[in-house]
Amino acid sequence: MNFIDNPKKLRGFEKHVRIEKVSRRSILKGLGVTGGFVLAAPVMSRQAFAYETGAGKMPHGVVVDPRVFVAVAPDGIVTIVAHRSEMGTGVRTSLPLIVAEEMEANWSRVKVQQAHGDEVMYGNQDTDGSRSTRHYLIPMRQIGASARIMLEQAAAKRWGVPATEVKAVNHEVVHGASGRKLGFGELAADAAKESLPSVDSLKLKDPKDFRYLTKGQIGIVDLHDITTGKAGYGADVRLPGMKYAVIARPPVTGGKLVSFDPADAMKVSGVEKVMEVRGWPWPSKFQPLGGVAVIARNTGAAIKGRDALKIVWDDGPNGKYESVAYRKELEEAARKPGLVVRKEGDADAALKSADKVIVGEYYVPHLAHVSMEPPVAVADVKGDKAEIWAPVQSPGGTREDVAKTLGIPEQNVTVNVTLLGGGFGRKSKCDYALEAALLSKELGAPVKVQWTREDDLHNGFLHTVSVERIEAGLDKSGKVIAWRHRSVAPSIASTFAAGTVHQASFELGMGLVDMPFEIANVSCENPEAAARTRIGWFRSVSNIPRAFAVQSMVGEIAQAIGRDQKDMLLELIGSPRIVKLTSVKDLWNYGEPYDSYPIDTARLRKVVELVADKGEWGRQVPKGHGLGIAAHRSFVSYIATIVEVAVDDKGKLTIPRVDTAIDCGTFVNPERIQSQIEGAAIMGLSLAKYGEITFKDGKVQQKNYDDFPVIRMDESPLLTNVHIVPPGPDTPPSGVGEPGVPPFAPALINAIFAATGKRIRSLPIGKQLEA
Amino acid sequence: MIKIKINGQEQSWDGDPDLPLLWFLRDEVGLTGTKFGCGQALCGACTVIVDKEAVRACITSVNDVAGREVTTIEGLHPNGDHPVQKAWRQVNVPQCGFCQAGQIMQAAALLMDNAKPSHDQIRQAMAGNICRCGCYQRIENAVHLASTGV
Repeated sequence: MNFIDNPKKLRGFEKHVRIEKVSRRSILKGLGVTGGFVLAAPVMSRQAFAYETGAGKMPHGVVVDPRVFVAVAPDGIVTIVAHRSEMGTGVRTSLPLIVAEEMEANWSRVKVQQAHGDEVMYGNQDTDGSRSTRHYLIPMRQIGASARIMLEQAAAKRWGVPATEVKAVNHEVVHGASGRKLGFGELAADAAKESLPSVDSLKLKDPKDFRYLTKGQIGIVDLHDITTGKAGYGADVRLPGMKYAVIARPPVTGGKLVSFDPADAMKVSGVEKVMEVRGWPWPSKFQPLGGVAVIARNTGAAIKGRDALKIVWDDGPNGKYESVAYRKELEEAARKPGLVVRKEGDADAALKSADKVIVGEYYVPHLAHVSMEPPVAVADVKGDKAEIWAPVQSPGGTREDVAKTLGIPEQNVTVNVTLLGGGFGRKSKCDYALEAALLSKELGAPVKVQWTREDDLHNGFLHTVSVERIEAGLDKSGKVIAWRHRSVAPSIASTFAAGTVHQASFELGMGLVDMPFEIANVSCENPEAAARTRIGWFRSVSNIPRAFAVQSMVGEIAQAIGRDQKDMLLELIGSPRIVKLTSVKDLWNYGEPYDSYPIDTARLRKVVELVADKGEWGRQVPKGHGLGIAAHRSFVSYIATIVEVAVDDKGKLTIPRVDTAIDCGTFVNPERIQSQIEGAAIMGLSLAKYGEITFKDGKVQQKNYDDFPVIRMDESPLLTNVHIVPPGPDTPPSGVGEPGVPPFAPALINAIFAATGKRIRSLPIGKQLEA
Repeated sequence: MIKIKINGQEQSWDGDPDLPLLWFLRDEVGLTGTKFGCGQALCGACTVIVDKEAVRACITSVNDVAGREVTTIEGLHPNGDHPVQKAWRQVNVPQCGFCQAGQIMQAAALLMDNAKPSHDQIRQAMAGNICRCGCYQRIENAVHLASTGV
């Protein structure tokens, strides 16, 4: 029957959540109403291996097999598997679209099916690090090309003509000479019997023939379902006999349960059971923190029951964690030498001999992800088998961790990936799925664990807290001759290993040691800092404090010597060149080979020049307004942002306009790049204006969106323009989801200086402009 | 026994009358289009229309809506072709999509009250609905588009 039918369809999934369905065409007419973007001429190779990526080094690597990813049904419907998680980047559309393009499928007859967690079958599924297009553009093209060739070979055999005489065009195979045609559905059964073409033999489509890629005219596959309330997120899974649970967790990281009294909770209407949840000692990796679960017939009853619990906690070693004191510790550490992680020339001597030294000490507090969908998971554990439904960025890792936690074989665990109501790195950690699995096992029934917003803030994996201290030495002519940058922040590695005091290479590589400026004497140092809470990946990670510090310092240098910010930035970036970081041990380049993805200052200059041009740098702005600029390379992409700010006499700020230029290499879907960058401006503004998690007595002091505010529509930028750099020939694709965030805050802070003469070095801005 | 008309169908509830409408809709009736985001009427993800007004289902009890008509995203239009829904699709508004049902219900309520809101009025009326992905520019444009004819 079916060609390439995927035998491991989502078991049990279709019954409960309608996530996969016929894709909607939704050709966009309305794009003109948003900020315009530069559409590049498609420059994409027909060669399969024009460049190397780090995809093969990810756990389980890459699988290039159309029999795994593509199915053609006799009715012609083509099903394409999306093996990465959809959290808003558009990956569930973009990757299948690449396959459809290359196999000549008509997108209106394509159905997207979400893969369950199985990395042996699909290759790596960790949807993080802005990697999906970067790692899968070529593999998805190869998969599509293989499927097309098998269909063409089947048609050629049917007609008894050489395969070279037939061609797949728009969901059918055509024999030009005779005018004969066969639809993909009619060929499905025969094509399934064709041998798999070797990857090396594949000829990819000529980009000038693209119908979908680089065009940006396809709506996301879930668009209709999202707008009608049918899209399936983690919390929308409903199973027969399912129980609803919320959990009271230790309020301090490393704390544990001493005792609890369930009596009042049990009196709440709808509450069925109160039970202890196993916790793991700190550092607990992604394992549950433990606590007390309230099981009820609905979530509302479970929450009300939890409010009635009486619990005694032991706060453990972090019970005194306090943010003001901790900041002082970080600042003191930053004022003394630390572990040298990059060294060129002699920064100490150059700073001593400098005509002028500019010192900036920059602070960025802990941040929380607060994705709109708080963590949630459903588990159904029966004997030695477990089925999970959850919004996870790491389907493969979740499967592995559920198996380990329950002590059952991995092949007995099915992880169904729902849509994610936002992720931002929080949902790379599957603790909530493990909680559901533990509870379901004990209850012998399916259970949904719902985190409340308060849980999300109190028991998350926070963005680190950091002090970045930069000293820049200038000679008499104003040239920067010395650069010393000390970065002090607790590391994500502390979530995995006790006693961690230094940042990991992947953190050091995010804007510290990869500083691209042309300066003769450079010292990058990492003094010690020990974590007092759970630290985790947050969209853009260490690039947030680093870009804030480095690009603020560029503004400060310009300010000190009376230069234009943009000219100063270009002067510091220096000549177009490939930056060689020979003094850096274990240079982390976002997991990519440096040959394919070097630090190329020509590209960094280009985004600065493009945004200056399109964003009308230097334009006259009204009194009380200011322009600021910042540029940063992260996730191997290059981004520059100009922010126009208006600050009124009470210190209230508004953002009339934002322009961002991005060079993300070869791209697939410019319309989703635009949406990611528009959103990055909002997230950047949120963290710059409001973002701060503080601790007192070891506990997070914020509870919800009232005391951890994020930007709302009435304070969002009036206009955000996105400008995409046309890629050069065979420029490898690079990240999009994360790179937009880091340059926003420093561009805003530089703009605020231009508007008011006030230099802000500590985020969030909060009330610093008032008075 | 509390009776409520939800999307034109009568539903009844004999449990805790203080149960938030959000959990009644989601867990008891099975209408999962209405989302939980904060539980404190701070984010708007749970917005539904009661009679002709947008309300936050997370702080509205089942008892509060006894005998009234509740419309959720599933009942906004039989084919999902309400002008706001159509405009949303034309502008390709959502990223993750989780807050969008609440945004759409808020926008639909706004247009019932003010058929031709200015951009400023849209920005004010929609300010109670958070989108963490940051789709505001598109939401604003989609509401404007819906008000001027899709």
